[in-house]
Amino acid sequence: MNKYITAYYNDEEDLLKGLREILKKGVKVADVLSPFPVHGLDTVLGLRRSRLTRVAFWGGAVGAILGFGFQAWVFTKAYPLNFGGKPFFAVPAFIPVTFEMAVLFAAFSMVFAYLIHNNLGPGSRNVIHDERITDDRFLFVVPIEDEQQAGAIEETLKAAGALGITLKTKE
Amino acid sequence: MYVSPIREPLIKGSKDYGQVTKDILSPMAGKPSKYWYMGITLSGTAALFGAWATFVTVYYGIGTWGLNKTIGWAWDITNFVWWVGIGHAGTFISAILLLFRQKWRTSINRSAEAMTLMAIAMAGFFPLIHMGRLLLGFFIFPYPNTRALWVNFNSPLLWDVFAITTYLLVSLIFWYVGLIPDLGTVRDKATGKIKKAIYGFLSFGWTGSVRQWTRHETVSLILAGLAAPLVFSVHTIVSFDFATSVIPGWHTTIFPPYFVSGAVFSGFAMVLTLLIVARKALNLEEYITIGHIENMNKVIIITGSIVGIAYITEFFIAWYSGVEYEMYTFVNRATGPYAWAYWIMMTCNVITPQLFWIKKIRTNVVATFIISIFVNIGMWFERFVIVVTSLHRDYLPSSWSMYKPTFVEVALFVGTLGIFFTLFLLFIRVFPVIAIAEVKSVLKSAGENKKELHHE
Repeated sequence: MNKYITAYYNDEEDLLKGLREILKKGVKVADVLSPFPVHGLDTVLGLRRSRLTRVAFWGGAVGAILGFGFQAWVFTKAYPLNFGGKPFFAVPAFIPVTFEMAVLFAAFSMVFAYLIHNNLGPGSRNVIHDERITDDRFLFVVPIEDEQQAGAIEETLKAAGALGITLKTKE
Repeated sequence: MYVSPIREPLIKGSKDYGQVTKDILSPMAGKPSKYWYMGITLSGTAALFGAWATFVTVYYGIGTWGLNKTIGWAWDITNFVWWVGIGHAGTFISAILLLFRQKWRTSINRSAEAMTLMAIAMAGFFPLIHMGRLLLGFFIFPYPNTRALWVNFNSPLLWDVFAITTYLLVSLIFWYVGLIPDLGTVRDKATGKIKKAIYGFLSFGWTGSVRQWTRHETVSLILAGLAAPLVFSVHTIVSFDFATSVIPGWHTTIFPPYFVSGAVFSGFAMVLTLLIVARKALNLEEYITIGHIENMNKVIIITGSIVGIAYITEFFIAWYSGVEYEMYTFVNRATGPYAWAYWIMMTCNVITPQLFWIKKIRTNVVATFIISIFVNIGMWFERFVIVVTSLHRDYLPSSWSMYKPTFVEVALFVGTLGIFFTLFLLFIRVFPVIAIAEVKSVLKSAGENKKELHHE
């Protein structure tokens, strides 16, 4: 895939309608770029639900175990201190820190997974197809597998009301 | 799409997406106004004043404060709790209102979250400076050290360390994750080369791809789900600092819910104080409308009423418990040497917010601004009353004492106010004050022009 076509709509409802039409004709859509999340787009494109929730769960679980385990280790093994005859292994007293650690680990593991998965980060060099997609344009990318078909695809897009159809070469 | 005919539009004026971008980015463009310079000079001066007071405290020690053997906690802990409380509104708006799918949050969540971050940073300063040796602040974290000592995990003060740190970090990433798409917008709209490079770096290479957006939505939702219980835990733990001790007036089980609602109450007041000025100064009245102000005022009524009930309940329980010391503390609060503080608290927190029941007042910008300042003052005095009046006369009359803040202590507080407002003024120049992408996503269902389209 060296060549691809980009085209856009000016409204998310047109985009959803147009994309349905285009996909029905057998044209593949690699990506859609929009200024805000367009609801219903993932079903149109057949995307799976994000699994980042699981990362959050496991991150939280690790945080909770680490937090609780560490406190328990400190107060029963490493340096048991007697506070007015209270038990060393004082479970209720460990809950707040355990909770905070769970939240901290869940949030950070999920956000890091999110950034890595999305190829986001300081110095990340993602292709910006059109500077107006963060403003008011709903752009989509159609990969061209066979250059002979490029003309036919452009026709399909035009028929579906897409604007600014341009053939581009991948750098 | 169904559009309710009764609901007021959340965004006034007929706007398209391009207009929204332009409007929200406009405060960042061009030279700052004369008022901005005046504001930052004033807040910068206050911040320097605070820096001087910090130096004095560290150089000469805590003896420069008005604390004594009886009253070991006073002005600083009051400020700490006050600042943490203010932070809670931001998380409440961005997390809890997101979970409840309240669309009106989109216009105010960004600035409220920024306010949260700054407020927590200001809060964290006070326990640190109270230690007297700022450089040894890291002692509060459990790290392997040559003394083979660990911190006391049974102490609410340590829970506070974890709660505040987690709260600051989670609020920071929550805010930044929400900011990434908007920084992409700033990057794409920037004209200067340097500006483009800086925002390109800050926006982390955001492309607005559908996959990025679905993940973004998942992350926002889960972060909101994590931040919601977190915000409750933070002020609950702050209240444990008092509630787990045996001082009359502190040792009560009502503290956690009472502190949390007080926090949201004071936080919304601070959001109103800031936004009423900001919406006017930045020409964002079409985004932060009277409807938004009214909604926030409704939150103030409900949380203010909870706080009022809590005050009365405390008083009742002090009498009903039959504990002499507890009873004395409460009577002393209302009639003793600090009665003036108690009655300022009662007036500002319980009486004036009730004026918001009148629609004319809660939809009036000037009245709201004045009452929001009253709430800020009232909530500061609430903490002062809890901290100082409970301590100054406890079990042993021979150690009864009075507390008066010194100039240094006042300067420290003024300094944090200065840093807070300086940061806020810088924030409105550097980042979009309103979540652009989020406003766009509700424009169809809540914008004025769309309403007209659906109801012609």
